[in-house]
Amino acid sequence: MQSIVIVGAGECGVRAAFALREAGFEGSVTLIGAETVLPYERPPLSKDIQAPPKLIRSLSDYADAGIDLRLGLRVVALDAVAHQVQLDDGTVISFDQLLLATGARARLFPGMEGCLTLRSDADMRRIAQHLIPGARIGIIGGGFIGLELAATARAAGAEVSVIEAAPRLLGRAIPAEIASVVHGLHAQKGVRLLTSTDVVQANATQITLGDGTELDFDAVIAGVGAVPNTEIAQEAGLHVENGIVVDAGLRTSARDIFAAGDCCNIDWRATRMRFESWKIAQDQGAHAAAVLMGGDASYAKVPWFWSDQYDLTLQVAGVFDLTRPIHRRETQSGTCIVVQCDRDGRLSAAAGIGPGNATAKDLRVLEKLIEREMSVDPAVLVDPALNLKALLKAR
Amino acid sequence: MPWINACSTDDIDAEDVIRFDHEGRTFAIYRNHEDAYFCTDGLCTHEEIHLCDGLVVENTIECPKHASIFNFADGEVETPPACENLATYPTKVEGGRVLIEI
Ligand SMILES: Cc1cc2nc3c(=O)[nH]c(=O)nc-3n(C[C@H](O)[C@H](O)[C@H](O)COP(=O)(O)OP(=O)(O)OC[C@H]3O[C@@H](n4cnc5c(N)ncnc54)[C@H](O)[C@@H]3O)c2cc1C
Ligand code: FES
Repeated sequence: MQSIVIVGAGECGVRAAFALREAGFEGSVTLIGAETVLPYERPPLSKDIQAPPKLIRSLSDYADAGIDLRLGLRVVALDAVAHQVQLDDGTVISFDQLLLATGARARLFPGMEGCLTLRSDADMRRIAQHLIPGARIGIIGGGFIGLELAATARAAGAEVSVIEAAPRLLGRAIPAEIASVVHGLHAQKGVRLLTSTDVVQANATQITLGDGTELDFDAVIAGVGAVPNTEIAQEAGLHVENGIVVDAGLRTSARDIFAAGDCCNIDWRATRMRFESWKIAQDQGAHAAAVLMGGDASYAKVPWFWSDQYDLTLQVAGVFDLTRPIHRRETQSGTCIVVQCDRDGRLSAAAGIGPGNATAKDLRVLEKLIEREMSVDPAVLVDPALNLKALLKAR
Repeated sequence: MPWINACSTDDIDAEDVIRFDHEGRTFAIYRNHEDAYFCTDGLCTHEEIHLCDGLVVENTIECPKHASIFNFADGEVETPPACENLATYPTKVEGGRVLIEI
């Protein structure tokens, strides 16, 4: 009997396991996860601190699908030649094929030891204790996790400061037009936003800035990015470079070993990328299942990401090159949509922000146009008279 | 179950969806690419997000929030994160009106 082992029971590993069964795989599927709770969705962790973990699947679903779910166990070693993994309780499991879906963990820079971070349900429960009316919360990093937490902390009545080294928020991947909407809303909600501000040191209750200022808080949370969990791959000799390097079929450099989700590094239109996106983790998990069953398709889904802050939802399709021109589409007030074309004039990225799902439909159409690599004059796209959906029918 | 006179056939653009509320319940009514009409529960089965802001392509609706795709003719999930199907309701067109049986 064919045996497939999946390391990491997050969004990606779980999707892969179920997709194998949905596609009729009859061999054994073993899903190993280091966390003890049933696999849950991470996005709500920064958005809703009251809710119990939102499970990806119920416990009985795993049994019904014949998925051997082993929680609270960590793979500590991989032998790529012998096709075996070793768990932290000493168990050795053989596989015919292996999927690494080990995800990422919160980063902490040296000098920030003692700060809280957010990646898991357990982290969230620790943080939630501090988010109470009047508590002074210091957040290092004006990226998605930091800003979503800022909104959540504000909603809980805390006094919030966000400290960002770059001149603006969301400077890594999001156009300035969109970031300024986000900035405006946080400022209006009373978050203290310190941009262009270096943190030289921080601990559980204090942040020291580059100019020597010491700021006191009841809790300090660092949202300064994530590092992929690649140690077992690296020690096994797989090619690792900002993630486990995979080809378009999610194959690593070792035979019969695949990687997907936040832990992998993959090409997107000729550029190496490591994504941290819930939807991509799922899509790659499903794709990995197809490849494990002998498919040879290339993974080519358009990257897609969303974030919720207060009543605003932001969605991004494709990948922006922030050094190149970005065009703003005229939209109803309170919303903002921006698009970008690549050097060859093909639509390559789009983002929208607005209350609730106000820009969702347009973004979905733009995503489909990106997928088709449609060549289009940005001046046409930004014209408010243009019915975006009509473009989909154009071919 | 009663037939409810929900809307005019012109209230929905081709390949689009509208929201319809009735006695405390909310529905989504669709017009597909072939001008056939369908009705499902209004809220996505993943989180309680209204599908009326989603994109219709042929017989599918993509949830505006996290992109689950459902076939609105039979309610089936085509793409997760949702794993529960949508409830569907019979529809008919009479005299330029869309009726739904709920
Ligand atoms: C607070 C927060 C909010 C987010 N919000 C959004 C959002 O709004 N939108 C969005 O698109 N994305 C969001 N994301 C990102 C999204 O959650 C991730 O992209 C997604 O979870 C990646 O899935 P994954 O399965 O690849 O990795 P993970 O979810 O990280 O799962 C990997 C699992 O593998 C386990 N593991 C690792 N190594 C081993 C080992 N050696 N042995 C056994 N188990 C192991 C880990 O414990 C973990 O459970 C958010 C993330 C966080 C943390
Ligand atoms: S609410 Fe519809 S997919 Fe999440």
